[in-house]
Amino acid sequence: MAYLILSVLFGLLKGNYASGTLSDANYRPLSLFLLLGDPSRFVQRSAYVVCMIDTSGDRLASFYSAHVAIVPRGRAVNIQMSGPLPVATDRPDHDRQSENSLWISCIARIRDDADEAAFAQIFGHFAPRVKGFLMKSGASAALAEECAQDVMATLWQKAHLFDPSRASAATWIFTIARNRRIDALRKARRAEPEDVQWGPDEAPDQSDVLALEQESAQLAEAIAALPTKQKTLIEAAYFGDLSHSEIADQTGLPLGTIKSRIRLALDRLRHTMN
Amino acid sequence: MTPCIAHHLTDPLLMAYSAGTLPEAFNLTVAAHISLCDECRARLGAFDSIGGVMLANAGTPGMVRGSMEAALAAAKSSPAAPVRAPREPGILPPPVQDYVGGDLDAVSWRSVGMGVRQAILQTKGSATARLLHIQAGAAVPDHGHRGIELTLVLQGAFADDGGRFGRGDIEIADEDVEHTPVADTGMDCICLAATDAPLRFLSWLPRLAQPFLRI
Repeated sequence: MAYLILSVLFGLLKGNYASGTLSDANYRPLSLFLLLGDPSRFVQRSAYVVCMIDTSGDRLASFYSAHVAIVPRGRAVNIQMSGPLPVATDRPDHDRQSENSLWISCIARIRDDADEAAFAQIFGHFAPRVKGFLMKSGASAALAEECAQDVMATLWQKAHLFDPSRASAATWIFTIARNRRIDALRKARRAEPEDVQWGPDEAPDQSDVLALEQESAQLAEAIAALPTKQKTLIEAAYFGDLSHSEIADQTGLPLGTIKSRIRLALDRLRHTMN
Repeated sequence: MTPCIAHHLTDPLLMAYSAGTLPEAFNLTVAAHISLCDECRARLGAFDSIGGVMLANAGTPGMVRGSMEAALAAAKSSPAAPVRAPREPGILPPPVQDYVGGDLDAVSWRSVGMGVRQAILQTKGSATARLLHIQAGAAVPDHGHRGIELTLVLQGAFADDGGRFGRGDIEIADEDVEHTPVADTGMDCICLAATDAPLRFLSWLPRLAQPFLRI
């Protein structure tokens, strides 16, 4: 069904955006589009249909049906309507963004079905990275291995707490690894803010998830593009080599954008909770 | 939920919290502010996203044989983390309640004179954290700092040269600040304060008392 809708709408999309955004988007798989033409008309409608289309062509036949969302009128949606999208030349960041969708679905399968295959898949990708991160933070290979296993076990147990509208999978796993590092290396108590969670019957807005994915990918691009000196400083901060008084202002990173996105998701969550 | 907060955390503090490199007393104070402030919670999320990128780029050393199976077995051997029921809203934010063992009525106050009471929280590392109870209208003795002092207001309000600070506001005072916070007259003021070096009092009386009070 979703496939059918997408197919039909993709036809319309091609018609409406034959020149301009869509052609630029060919360089940017998994971009988000609003369908059905002129946005001014939607103000009168009760709902928008938003979908994510993989415009790289070869993946067109395998849409992620989860990426179709009906967005109620009046809710903000991040839609790239105007201006050409930046033409990305490095595939890794495309992959980073589409990969995140895969990890989100793995975590959902672990949460819903205790799916061991999904765990094996996400373990294969992230466990070595957690181990690498901890080794760069000063842990021995043996301690890093042990902690990486703990981090992945925690992922299994906390899968229901993951909110993809506020963190990418990599970001969420980073926070688990960061906490494990504090516990392992410093043996100090660790205070955390109370969780703000979606209830069992609620879920984050799909458009928020997509927008955050995109902005996370842009942040990764921005970090990759930093001058070496500044990049080294940020790495030093995150690998635990700088104290708070040595941390400099981080200019040049799109942190405001991503902050606003997370704030929006938080506001929605608060609204739902009340 | 979120009161009207005018004084927020700085970027370096949020980044250090995200990186996990703050001393425990600062870590607690930052976590307590974030519990009260969705703006800083979202800013922290942005800094955590940098951490996500660092993790993704951290390199991929090999895992030992049987690593995945061991992690899976460990995961399945203990129950899933509970969906935490929201705690009763109190004066103390949840991270502080964890240290105190309850809300305000569980705090063991000790008078330090001049209308001020305090309770030291047990933290490791170079910085110390304490709860301060300042009688309405009372002043904390004029003091400067050798390091950084974070003061998070949990009830009432105080004012000093840096402005007026109400519930959720955090004052970040460094070595250059010498101030005399005065509590508002309407209500006793309760704060969480963390310092990474002893306070430097400017009159001889509190200076003499300082080693005993562990301020």
